[in-house]
Amino acid sequence: MELYTIIFYFFTVITLGSTCIVVFSRNIVRAAFALLFAFFGVAGIYIFLLADFIAVTQLLIYVGGIMVLILFSVMLTSHQINVDAKTGVIQTLPAILISACIGGGLVWVFWITDWKVNSQLPIVETTAPKIGEMLLTKYLLPFEVASVILLVALIGAAMIARREKKV
Amino acid sequence: MEFIQTLLANQVLVSILLSALPLVFIVLMVLVVLYTEMKVAAHIQDRVAYMRTGWHGVLQPIADMLKLLQKEDIIPTKSDKLLFRTAPFIAFTGTYVAYAVLPFSSIYIGSNINLGAFFLVAAGSFVVIGILMAGWASNNKWSLIGGIRSASQMISYEIPTALAVIIVVMITGSLNLQDVTKFQDGGMGNWIVFGGPLPWMQKLMLMPFTLVTFFILFVASIAEVNRTPFDFPEAESELVQGFNTEYSGMRFAMFYLSEYANLFTVSAVVVSLFLGGWSSPFGTFMSGPLWGIFWFVVKAYMFMLIQIWIRWTLPRLRVDQLMFVSWKVLTPWLFVCILGVGLILVL
Repeated sequence: MELYTIIFYFFTVITLGSTCIVVFSRNIVRAAFALLFAFFGVAGIYIFLLADFIAVTQLLIYVGGIMVLILFSVMLTSHQINVDAKTGVIQTLPAILISACIGGGLVWVFWITDWKVNSQLPIVETTAPKIGEMLLTKYLLPFEVASVILLVALIGAAMIARREKKV
Repeated sequence: MEFIQTLLANQVLVSILLSALPLVFIVLMVLVVLYTEMKVAAHIQDRVAYMRTGWHGVLQPIADMLKLLQKEDIIPTKSDKLLFRTAPFIAFTGTYVAYAVLPFSSIYIGSNINLGAFFLVAAGSFVVIGILMAGWASNNKWSLIGGIRSASQMISYEIPTALAVIIVVMITGSLNLQDVTKFQDGGMGNWIVFGGPLPWMQKLMLMPFTLVTFFILFVASIAEVNRTPFDFPEAESELVQGFNTEYSGMRFAMFYLSEYANLFTVSAVVVSLFLGGWSSPFGTFMSGPLWGIFWFVVKAYMFMLIQIWIRWTLPRLRVDQLMFVSWKVLTPWLFVCILGVGLILVL
């Protein structure tokens, strides 16, 4: 499948390229915008893993929600504070250790996973109904806990916003 | 599709060609809608609008387009040039991807994915990013305020939209827009706005909820495309021209195109979720793949007409009223509707 290979590499390049910009850019707003493309690329790769629901959710939550939030905070503060993002090296040893641990973990997972490479175009079936069923049967408790936590966060946010208004 | 595939014998070319098809539609549609908007606006205000370019000025949109093509592309010196240049493309891409899942007819849909309705909600978020990027990169206070207003507005109104979509999904049991349309096939009575093709008792009970949901989705869709009475991002009297103040030439035209293309998208979403999409309102009469395109476009066009009519009759709201409408009126009512529809469907 020539076309699919091209699209796959397209998404890979987008993801890797924009994450490099996120890490190396000195302009914090540009870094934030590059993060958007990284999220987008990851969504594309999810589709190749046949996780269509997660891909669309990635777009909705990360691009539509979290990205806008990050951009809001970056845009509204960068002009006022006028501080450039720090790009120097501060704590070399802990940084190397943590990065090595994470990198090693990723490589280890990559090696032990039994990759089922499929050269044929697989039958695309939606994962949404199965995810829904699992969430309401086997994983009901985590699902409910997550909802309660989100509700608490929502009420908390509303409380903070209200208090500020009174002062 | 098979024919083109054998003709070009190259899969990449075929995909590019097929994915460019909605672009042709968008350009033609925008010309028609622009003309309609100007004419309707003029008649509402007791004017006549263009009369000299062709019969009743029908060639004016083409003249406008040619004028925009020739204009100089001005980029402010103190702007963030890279972001300034990319912003229009991101906004337009966000609009364009939505066309992939719109069911134009029983045989033509860009990508018949099973998550169509969900994807549409997600695609809208790209437009927000484009507008934010334009507002920030312009390095202009009014533009930045316009961009931020737009983002907060679109995010707030995404919630009623998503909830309204959930209600339709509860009734039809599918996120695939083609299935949602097929579910409503067979005449006006089967449209979800009138309760869908269910037993008449259930239908009667569902009708109040679906009518309310339909109305809420319509209000939210006007807010999503930033039009009066929700046109805060480009409130002329307050923000000059909002997020696209600094844009000129083709880059401005792309924002313009994106706005009108988005207008069609939201109308098409309302139509395919609640008004039977491509299915004929008279059952089997005048129905078929080609008639499907006709009905789909006509229904969406009706909605655009209503939106134009609203734009030129209602004044603008205040920002706090905008948030009030979204969070304290539309969202709670939709929760009531979800509860009601759920109970009726279970019983």
